[in-house]
Amino acid sequence: MSIFVDEKTRVVVQGITGRDGSFHTRQMMAYGTRVVAGVTPGKGGRAFEGPGGAVVPVFDTVAEAVARTGADASVVYVPPAFAASAIMEAADARIPFVVCVTEGIPVLDMTRAHALARDRGSRVLGPNCPGIICPGKTTLGIIPGRIVAPGPVGLISRSGTLTYEAVHHLTRAGLGQTACVGIGGDPLIGTSFVDCLEAFAADPGTEAVVMIGEIGGTAEQKAAAWAGENLDIPVVGFIAGRTAPPGKRMGHAGAIISGSAGTAEEKTRAFEENGIRVALRPSEISALVADALGR
Amino acid sequence: MNLHEYQAKELFRAAGMAVNPGEVAGDARAVRRIAERWDGKVVVKAQVHSGGRGKAGGVRLARTAGEAESSAEAILGMEINGLAVERVLVSPLEEIASEAYAGVLVDRDSQCPVLMVSAEGGVDIEEVARDNPDAIHRLHVDPRYGLMPHQAFGLAGKLFRDPAQRRQGARIIAQLYQVFVENGASMAEINPLIATAAGEVLAIDAKVSLDDNELFRRPALAALRDPGSEDEAERKAREKGLSFVRLEGNVGCCVNGAGLAMATMDLVKHCGGEPANFLDIGGSSNPDKVVAALEIITADPAVRVILFNIFGGITRCDDVARGIVEATRRIEIEAPIVIRLTGTNERLAREILADAGFAAGTSMDEVVQEAVRLAG
Repeated sequence: MSIFVDEKTRVVVQGITGRDGSFHTRQMMAYGTRVVAGVTPGKGGRAFEGPGGAVVPVFDTVAEAVARTGADASVVYVPPAFAASAIMEAADARIPFVVCVTEGIPVLDMTRAHALARDRGSRVLGPNCPGIICPGKTTLGIIPGRIVAPGPVGLISRSGTLTYEAVHHLTRAGLGQTACVGIGGDPLIGTSFVDCLEAFAADPGTEAVVMIGEIGGTAEQKAAAWAGENLDIPVVGFIAGRTAPPGKRMGHAGAIISGSAGTAEEKTRAFEENGIRVALRPSEISALVADALGR
Repeated sequence: MNLHEYQAKELFRAAGMAVNPGEVAGDARAVRRIAERWDGKVVVKAQVHSGGRGKAGGVRLARTAGEAESSAEAILGMEINGLAVERVLVSPLEEIASEAYAGVLVDRDSQCPVLMVSAEGGVDIEEVARDNPDAIHRLHVDPRYGLMPHQAFGLAGKLFRDPAQRRQGARIIAQLYQVFVENGASMAEINPLIATAAGEVLAIDAKVSLDDNELFRRPALAALRDPGSEDEAERKAREKGLSFVRLEGNVGCCVNGAGLAMATMDLVKHCGGEPANFLDIGGSSNPDKVVAALEIITADPAVRVILFNIFGGITRCDDVARGIVEATRRIEIEAPIVIRLTGTNERLAREILADAGFAAGTSMDEVVQEAVRLAG
């Protein structure tokens, strides 16, 4: 099974003609994602060439793309100055699921974009995230398709390449995935660990969950408490940033220990108190999952 | 990006806020001349990006211009949390009747700006939050409507009983929110917000942090960056579009992606080593970025070994390999380089590296262990 999206999801790509947008659209299409439309303001009427001679119509606005193609999910590859507007445009066109890959969006822009998305009933994944891949079904974003495989594990992470590292180990250990979700490294993200845990809990195909957190904020603590109370399937955790000094932003805008809050110790403790086994190195994650699944 | 107090106060004044006067100086003689204007009764405050200035001796009161000069002599050139003090702010002493706190930041949970006020000002607000959380009043602001006048007036009522002071307080809270939004701040704070003996409400301290993601569209604010307050390597990394944080150890780390970079540091420590830095070369890394990264890492004399950990997704392993080879041509690198790479264009990368005499592993565990061993 999968969460949030599946092989029927009809995707519009915002920023499809840009450097990153065009590259990753082709990658997504090659994986099997149904990309039905692209949007670049001012380039409506053009055709985008996908792999194998596939052609995707380009529209000026998301609303036109939805009206003409029935798109029901969007992926935003728009530069930071315009990305919040792009998210708002998608929400305003009533797209129910919006993935925003863009890194570096002003936080105050995102306060407004998230507020509108909530009002319009749109779920935003990200920003500053690698997206979601449901192995064998679809991918929205930039997660490399060749490192995943279908199977029973759900994975949630605030990071990109660290996710790849963990998934790579899982796949090589024969532990495929229902979905791998990168929720994003920004302080304000639209889809939380808890949102993903709820979705995995409702997915009969998911038998175990991996949560990859990092320093900053309290999202991991909340997720641990939620899992402890509500989740019947095992969870394995990993927290990045045990050696990060306080007060320094570690790459991700959200990865900063403020005062004494948001440390790796605090998050690890919250995981362990709620029955989540914590791997000390990325390579241990797959062994803990195998153990939890009795394999 | 943090602003100095005197810079933050300029933003406050530009919004029309009642702020105590002050002037910045970089030498003690100038401080004396400034202090004379206020009969020598001044406070001399270190302008440095660090909390706890008072506890460190960086804030001194003077009763004469001579005292102001000697205070400035003591403060200028002192180090507070490793940062040299190059400037002081001189302000007239105010007679303080009460001290309050007002601050605004973006709250992760509600995804809204949240205003916080407390009648317990002039002390570390984190301590108040811990010891007496009920003394802090919070208001979530809907970013689409902004702070409404009745909300500001309501908050001011938590700070001031006197009706005139409450009105002044409400105006200052509204101006604080305006400064926060109009300058793309991630935090703006007045601590303390005082009532003077004469009954006037006044901001006598100011703290503003700007959202780094806003700076591209606010060049005037970006120009406020104090180059002297920034680590040389961190400045260079920022200019090259790399994310870098200096640490104490001797294993130089060069990684793609922030999460993997943190996990790599953690693994170095786990294996008994000490990371020298956090460094994320970013997503679509061109060879030039890798060269810049190696220049920054090798400039640290403590570095005994350089560790690359690359998981190619958008990042192409061959780009990183070209960067490594190019860097070793351009700069003298004495420390051994240990490389792990896997993912996009891995085979091509290995060929490029092999031609230049480098080997590369595929396992993060093995390569980190090797790096720690070489670092001794």
